[in-house]
Parts: sequence; C-alpha cells; structure tokens
Amino acid sequence: MLIELKNIVKDYQLGMDTVHALRGVDLKIQKNEYVAIMGPSGSGKSTLMNLLGCLDTPSSGIYRLNGSNVSEMDDDHLAEIRNREIGFVFQNFNLLPRASSAHNVELPLIYNGTPAAKRKELAEKALKKVGLGDRMHHRPNELSGGQRQRVAVARALINNPSIILADEPTGNLDTRTGDEIMDLFEELHESGNTIILVTHEEYIAEHSDRIIRLRDGKIERDEAK
Amino acid sequence: MQISKIELGEGLKIALNALKTNRMRTILTTLGIFIGVIVVTVIISVIQGLNAYVKKEMSGLGADTLYLSKMPWIFRSYEEYLEYVKRRPIEEKHYKFILEHATLADVVAPELDTRKTVKYQNESLDNVTVVGTTDAYSVTADAVPEQGRFFNMPEVEFRKNLCLIGSEVSEKLFQDENPIGKRMKIGAHHFTIIGVLMKKGQVFGESQDNTVIIPYTVFEKQYGRRNYMTILIKPKDPRQLEALIDQLTGLMRRARGLEAGKPDDFAINQQSQLMDLYNQLTRVLWIVLIGIGSISLVVGGIGIMNIMLVSVTERTREIGIRKAIGAKRSIIMWQFLVESMFISGIGVLLGILVSIAIALIVRSATPLPVNISTWVLFLGVGFTVTIGLFFGLYPASKAARLDPIVALRYE
Repeated sequence: MLIELKNIVKDYQLGMDTVHALRGVDLKIQKNEYVAIMGPSGSGKSTLMNLLGCLDTPSSGIYRLNGSNVSEMDDDHLAEIRNREIGFVFQNFNLLPRASSAHNVELPLIYNGTPAAKRKELAEKALKKVGLGDRMHHRPNELSGGQRQRVAVARALINNPSIILADEPTGNLDTRTGDEIMDLFEELHESGNTIILVTHEEYIAEHSDRIIRLRDGKIERDEAK
Repeated sequence: MQISKIELGEGLKIALNALKTNRMRTILTTLGIFIGVIVVTVIISVIQGLNAYVKKEMSGLGADTLYLSKMPWIFRSYEEYLEYVKRRPIEEKHYKFILEHATLADVVAPELDTRKTVKYQNESLDNVTVVGTTDAYSVTADAVPEQGRFFNMPEVEFRKNLCLIGSEVSEKLFQDENPIGKRMKIGAHHFTIIGVLMKKGQVFGESQDNTVIIPYTVFEKQYGRRNYMTILIKPKDPRQLEALIDQLTGLMRRARGLEAGKPDDFAINQQSQLMDLYNQLTRVLWIVLIGIGSISLVVGGIGIMNIMLVSVTERTREIGIRKAIGAKRSIIMWQFLVESMFISGIGVLLGILVSIAIALIVRSATPLPVNISTWVLFLGVGFTVTIGLFFGLYPASKAARLDPIVALRYE
C-alpha cells in the first residue's frame, strides 16, 4: 500500500474558534492509481492535500506513506520525505522567477545532494520528456502558462517520486492548454506514476480512474470507474 | 542537522544573486558598516601611530637614564609648581658627591643649559642650545662626535674653552669648511671647536642638532650658576634601576642634610613617568573613540537586520517553494546568513580599503607613523562574521521557520 490514512483528524485554531477541517478520514491509495480529490471549498480538500503532500501533520490519526509513519515527523524530516516521495504541481506553477527552466527542474536534486553533472543530465531528460528540450535556459517569464506548468511537471518528476500531487494544475490555464497538461498526466500515469489530482472541475476529474468526494471534512463518496 | 556541500553552494549562489538583483539596496545597507569600520580602524591606527611616535620621541630620553633635578617633570597644579621652584638648586657639589658615591651608577653627567647666539666670522645663529657637561654626556645623552673628539676630564677641570657643535650648527655656520680647530663665539666668549656631533634629528619637533656642548665648569663661570643643573645617571645594570634610585635618594638626602621624616627636595625623573602620564591621558580617549566606532557598527548591523527582514518578506513565496521541494530549515537559514554576511563583508572590506588609504594620507601629511596593522584586518574579518551572524540570525531563523503552506500562499 502506497498511502494509508487512518482516522485522520485535523483541527485549526482560528482565533477563539476551532475549525474541524478533517473529521476522521480513512483512505488507501495503491501504487500507479490515478485519483482525483473533489469537493466544494471548505470541504477539507486543501487540508487533505497538504497532509498527503507532507506539508503538514494531522492533529490525530495515522498517515503511512510508503511504509513510514509520517504523521509525527518534525519539520526537517518532512522536508526529506517531500523531497524523496512527492512531486508537487501547483495551480500557480510556483517556479522560481529568476531561475532558468533547467535550474527550476534541478531544484529537488540540489536538496538531496546530487552532483551538478548528474543534475544537469536528469534535468535535460525531464524537460525533454515534457516537450521543453529547447527551453532549458528560458526563465519562467519567457514561457507561456502551459510551458511553465510543463516545467513544474518536469520538476515534480525529476526525483522519481512516489506520488505526483497536483493542486488544480489547470486552474490558471485556458481549456486547450489545460487539456495538453492533462494529456501529459495521462502519459505519466501510463508510464507507471501515481497521480493525485485535487480539483473542483468535474471534467478534469474525469481524467482520473477514481474520484474521492469530500464534504464537511469527511469522505462522502469514493468511486472507481 | 547536516547540510551537503551542494546545498551550501546553492545557498551561496542564491545569496549572491539576491545581492546582485538588489545592487543599490546592498550598497546602501553596506554603508553603515563601511563607515563604522573606517571609524574603528582609523582610530585604532591613528592612536597606534601616535603611541609609536611618542614612544620613539621619548626614547630620545633613554629608557634607563635617570634625570636628577630640583623639579619633577610632572606636577598637578600651579601651587605645586611654586613649591618646587622654592627648592634649593642642584649644584656641582651634588654632582661630585654622586659621582664619587653612587656605586650602582655606570656614568654620571651634569647638565646645564641655556640658549645663546653663536658666531663664526660673519655668520651667526640665534637661539642655539648651549649645554655644559662632561664627556660622560656622550653616553647619557647619546651625544657622539662624528668628527674630532669630546673634551676630557682634565680639560673640564682646567676650564678650557673647548666646544663640540651639533650637525645643524656645523652645516649652517661652516657649510663645506671643516670646523675642527676653528674658533667661534658662544655668547660673549670664544671657544675652540674640537668635535662635530652626529645628527640626532628632532624630539617633540625640536631639533637636537642645533646645539653646542662645552665643559660645565666653563658654563658655570661664563654663564652663571643660576641655571638649574640636572644630573644624568645611567645604571651599571638596567635591571637595578630601582636600587639605583634608592641609592641616589639616600645620597641626595645626605648631601642635602635632610632629616628623617622630611620630604625629598629634589626629583629623580625618568622616561617611564612621562610614558605613564601619556598612557593615562590616551586611555580615556581610546575608550571614547572605540565607543563611537562600536555604536556606528551596531547601527550598521541594525541596518543589515532591517534589510534582511525585508528580503525574507519579499522572498516568502520562494522560501515556500524551496521548503515544499525539500529544503530543510538549516539550508534556508544558511542562505540568508550568507546574504547578511556578504553585506557586512562588503562593508568591512571597503571600509578597510578606505582606511588604508586614509592611513597612507595621514602618514604622508603628518609626522605620525600611522599604519594599519594585520590584527586590524583580522578584527575586520571578526566584525564581518559577528555582525553578519548576529544581525542576520533573527531574519534567517524567521525565514527558516516559515510554514511552507502559508509561504506558498503568500502573494
């Protein structure tokens, strides 16, 4: 089992009030699944994504990722897990504005101590894979939105992570470019990657094999196609 | 916490890029440290130069030479001065008594001085220092003949009108002529020149070469006894300087017929007393100036902290991205510490360069031998690290502790 969530609860303190973002979520995701997480805003979708991405830890419950219990890890340990296990693709790309495509893609390798020559080689390969072999030295502001998201996908891929976690990856793209990105995810899935997609758009979720719907901090429906 | 070399390199690159992108801001931030470093290093160097200058000038007095005279060199008030003036003069008999009985003394020389006009043919020189002494003066005052010789004791005893002249007198009155054997007038009396002294240079801005030396017996006869005599004494063994002082005190009290319990009515002076006074005066100055320099460095450091906080805020999003991708706290911390240390380093480096320039200018424009010594450079490196670390620490740890979720959402 790649991902195993057991009775995950996440509470936030918002001033005097306690917000119950997740009220006991149980979830299992296997290797090479293509899962979409859906739900209206306030359903706990973002919170679940942050937990799955090891950006945060649950208030209670157990999260096992690839066999290790990440629910009680400290900041630095989580950083290591994120580096090794998770490739993020964000709605607003989140690329370093002053760095070239190649450098942006290399970034995860820098934080696991890969030597420069190896980094360059892997970055080139990843950029070619997303069809940007000729945009290695362009900066994000010299690229179109679709190209930027491809750079982000290349960055997510480079470390061969267990999960590619995409948060509204097409939210800032027009329909045609969005479709191209979704095709890219399809390819990645076919080549063996596990993909978790967070979206609120039905037609985007349709690309996946399994849709998990959240409401009020709980899984409302979990259906495979 | 471990950081790999690759991560360190990345941190360095990020910091340098950040400085390059904000060039103007970096320079302005650096300014505070820059000025602070100049203040501190220039002050230290000038004080050191002043110390060296004073030490060198005072060494003209001879570290182990004692100066026995009626008056001490240092007194605290005009009233004290008036008391000293009333004391009985030091006379020839005291000199002879000490010469005979001071067993710890190596050489003893009397010294009387005045200023006179000296003349040779049609040339004359005003305000020449005339010293009355014996040949022992060549040792106690380092007055060594370059040509000719010193007068000997019989010549002193027989009150021969012989003299040695300083190099300046020789140059001005005789130019290319050989002065040995010539007769010249000192005040109203004629003297035969038997020696020319080696050049000594200046002490406290006064030429030591504008001088003539005659037997003290002649001095007393021709120019009167009203002048104060000083007796210069050098110990056989410099380590027994204190014992010599005790011996001289005893001898003088006996010679003066002072009863037990009465205070000394003479003074035994030495160079170290002046040095002590000088050190006392400059210590306060030193503390004040270093205080000013330190304050400007701290102000500079606060400037760095301020700009680093701005930098952290500006790059919140970037920090979020890096953390999400796997950067640990330590590496984020390092990245910002490098940046703040670079800012302070640039300031310190430029400050030291300008300080060196200032030191060179001061050295060529004044008699002070101002030098930036190597330890000042080490101090500079110390400042860089300390200021960079200290004032960079808070902003850097703020960056390192950022929650990646919050940071990623930051607009």
